[in-house]
Amino acid sequence: MSTYAQKKGVGAVLWDYLTTVDHKKIAILYLIAGGFFFLVGGLEAMFIRIQLAVPGNDFVSAGVYNEILTMHGTTMIFLAAMPLIFAFMNAVMPLQIGARDVAFPFLNSLGFWLFFFGGVFLNLSWFLGGAPDAGWTSYASLSLASEGHGIDFYVLGLQISGAGTLIGGINFLVTIINMRAPGMTYMRMPLFTWTTFVTSALILFAFPPLTVALFLMLFDRLFGGNFFNPDMGGNTIIWEHLFWIFGHPEVYILVLPAFGIFSEIFAIFSRKRLFGYSSMVFATVLIGFLGFMVWAHHMFTTGLGPIANAIFSVATMAIAVPTGIKIFNWLFTMWGGSIKFTTPMLYAIAFIPTFTMGGVTGVMLASAAQDYQYHDSYFVVAHFHYVIVGGVVFALLGGLHLYWPKMFGTMLNEALGKVTFWLFLIGFHLTFFIQHFLGLMGMPRRIFTFNEGQGFETANLVSTVGAFFMAVATIVLLINVVMTIAKNKKVGGDPWGDGRTLEWAIPSPPPFYNFKQLPLVRGLDPYWIEKMEGNKEMTPAEPIGDIHMPNNSFVPFVISVGLFIAAFGAMYHNEHSWGIPVLIIGMLVVFGSMFFRSVKDDHGYHIHKEELMDDDKGGKA
Amino acid sequence: MANEELNSGNPKVDIEYRRRKSAEEMRYQVVSFAMMIFLTFVAFIAVGYDISGWFTIPFILVLAIVQVGFQLYYFMHMSHKGHEAPALFLYSGVFVAFITLLAFMTIIWW
Amino acid sequence: MKADEKFTYETWPAAPEKQTLDGKNKFLGFWLFLGGETVLFATLFATYLALKDRVPNSDHYLAKDLFEIPLVFVMTMLLLTSSLTSVYAMYHMKNFNFKKMQLWLGITVLLGLAFLGLEVYEFNHYVHEYHHTFTSSAFGTAFYTLVGFHGGHVAFGLAWIITLMVRNAKRGLDLYTAPKFYVASLYWHFIDVVWVFIFTVVYLMGMVG
Repeated sequence: MSTYAQKKGVGAVLWDYLTTVDHKKIAILYLIAGGFFFLVGGLEAMFIRIQLAVPGNDFVSAGVYNEILTMHGTTMIFLAAMPLIFAFMNAVMPLQIGARDVAFPFLNSLGFWLFFFGGVFLNLSWFLGGAPDAGWTSYASLSLASEGHGIDFYVLGLQISGAGTLIGGINFLVTIINMRAPGMTYMRMPLFTWTTFVTSALILFAFPPLTVALFLMLFDRLFGGNFFNPDMGGNTIIWEHLFWIFGHPEVYILVLPAFGIFSEIFAIFSRKRLFGYSSMVFATVLIGFLGFMVWAHHMFTTGLGPIANAIFSVATMAIAVPTGIKIFNWLFTMWGGSIKFTTPMLYAIAFIPTFTMGGVTGVMLASAAQDYQYHDSYFVVAHFHYVIVGGVVFALLGGLHLYWPKMFGTMLNEALGKVTFWLFLIGFHLTFFIQHFLGLMGMPRRIFTFNEGQGFETANLVSTVGAFFMAVATIVLLINVVMTIAKNKKVGGDPWGDGRTLEWAIPSPPPFYNFKQLPLVRGLDPYWIEKMEGNKEMTPAEPIGDIHMPNNSFVPFVISVGLFIAAFGAMYHNEHSWGIPVLIIGMLVVFGSMFFRSVKDDHGYHIHKEELMDDDKGGKA
Repeated sequence: MANEELNSGNPKVDIEYRRRKSAEEMRYQVVSFAMMIFLTFVAFIAVGYDISGWFTIPFILVLAIVQVGFQLYYFMHMSHKGHEAPALFLYSGVFVAFITLLAFMTIIWW
Repeated sequence: MKADEKFTYETWPAAPEKQTLDGKNKFLGFWLFLGGETVLFATLFATYLALKDRVPNSDHYLAKDLFEIPLVFVMTMLLLTSSLTSVYAMYHMKNFNFKKMQLWLGITVLLGLAFLGLEVYEFNHYVHEYHHTFTSSAFGTAFYTLVGFHGGHVAFGLAWIITLMVRNAKRGLDLYTAPKFYVASLYWHFIDVVWVFIFTVVYLMGMVG
């Protein structure tokens, strides 16, 4: 089973990626798929801005606009941001804790393929009768009235990809709890690992409500259920609660890993240990905890009553406290450090004021009385783009530059990286800052056009110009990626020169077994500690021995295809007689491959000591 | 009650000890089963006799929670060592579950 | 320690389900999954409670007209007993007595099948006697979704345990199979935990009104 150190054909590489259970390769798959959906969602954003550039525009019709708007939000959250974050978690977290792989390599692969086929399913709606058009929140009163199959694509696609995310969350939790290297105590874990841990816990508890909500919607739309139908005793508010019990933690699921990436960037490029490490951990856990008690602030105007509104309002404002702790810790990390203004560091520095602005408008929106004014206006649009783009997307772009060498062994071009950064930063603020004022002037969100003379013309045009800046920035980034791959200039294990944590102590990209010998961790920032004592590498915690590795498997792909097929059957069963048989065939594929998996023994294989020794002399693995 | 770090150095003694330990544990489990059956009886009887709902509902809910405690701590071995992480996550789940239930009992209809 | 190493009664470890790293991971991962399942069922319970007795008009039967004590009591006893029998199975697993483990698992499966049979009868009864169906009212939809989700879990658990029993009939116990059996029994207990709340919240509280 030694599959390494050989040149392989395209087919073999493809097969390798289809069956891989290696967390580093799965990270690359997440990066490619998430990156693709990011471009799709970005294209949809451009269509939105083009449509709104001038009053009375007819670039797209109102119906198509609704579809574009829904798919922009859904794609960006579920199919771009989440998988891209999973890409970094997969690529970096096991290395940071000194593990050879994740706890469940097979499930890791299954998680990816479920997400992928869910995403493909959702996007196929464009070609099969129209995309979902009830907004990414898909409120029941809208989505039950929506004709065609758009909403069904939303429900089934998210159900499949949501299952993948839940699996991923459990996998990361078990990995962090059970597989830390000797000496890696909880309070020595890098902050990115900590945020991965808390995020995974949030996934574990937030995705089941989404699963249930999607099932209820599925039953109502396709199987004659009455959950949300008031005529039959149902209640449409139930969807809103379920969606936001999931939806609000989801915001923290996205932003906490972003905080983790920034914490790494600040420490590395200030060449100082992270200020207030333990308070950072505390703040992360506290944000995760509070994240479950604030969902109804999305529903202030549904009429929950003054008591409920007041409770959720205060709880929401409380979240500003741990977030504030974090902001100050980052500032103090930089204070007195010898700062290097690399591309990742630029994103991190730009993140602080940008995210703080989003946080401040968040506190404004948290006040229930004020929220009645802001609700469903462009002010809200500006707010959440400041936190999600200013927090998450900046982190993803910064993290991409930071971890690219670790994932691929080459460096992205710094000059082009900085061009991307400046274009993106300027474009972002140009697009969204002015939307605060559009909102305050009364422009409602999700509107497909506006009239001349309402006073929205200039601001909307400015906003559209900003969007083009961001589009150009993305194109520059793509050019950068292509150029870097073409040049293929290899770098060493610690290309930034100031790596602090374990991932920088091993080659880039790491050998498939990660650590030949598990490292001994002697404190926070273990690699930095060794460097300060003049050591070139980590002290091993074990002698060289056989390494146990899992076998590749094609089963995750097949399971996901099975669900993909079953979803088509479920969707069309009311109007086509082949619906139910297709549903059954799909589920048979799913359960059949699960059965195959459980019946077939899979003990993995061992890399022998001698081969590991040979690697040393023979060079690259 | 954890029987993981039992090492007297003598495998025969260890086996004897472990066997007695798990037999003792089995007794606990049978007792908890008897308790669970008893609690179920009480709950059904409480409902069978037409007592006011203000008493019955909280009463049978408490019985259910006690019974689930037996199930978790004896049948699912949560009283053993090495269940710290499972307990943490289970109770976090219970916390989210509680908040959800509370919300659905109070602010769904008005 | 290799996962497929052969054991004797003497060498069998005290906690075979957690002896290997794979076993430890499976054990913890499954408990975490149960934490998530707790939220999943809580959400279904919450939805049921919000929609209990919500019907379009007075022609529909309500909870207190539908449920009958004897049937639910028998179902509860069956499932509780099956929980005890799976405890017995794990007791014999820890004592490296494969045959007795299989026997007790077999009894667990039979009890579970009896439970499922009664549930099918019950649903059928409601549909035909009371016209209380999945589509007849929000109450009906919520009831069948909650109880049906539990029934689905029972069915899946049965299929799982049967697969394990058949698959490992020849191989017996080792450190590769022990965690699989252990985790399946955890799942079975969890199904029972959920049922305790279903008979209390849905049936008993339903009868109280």
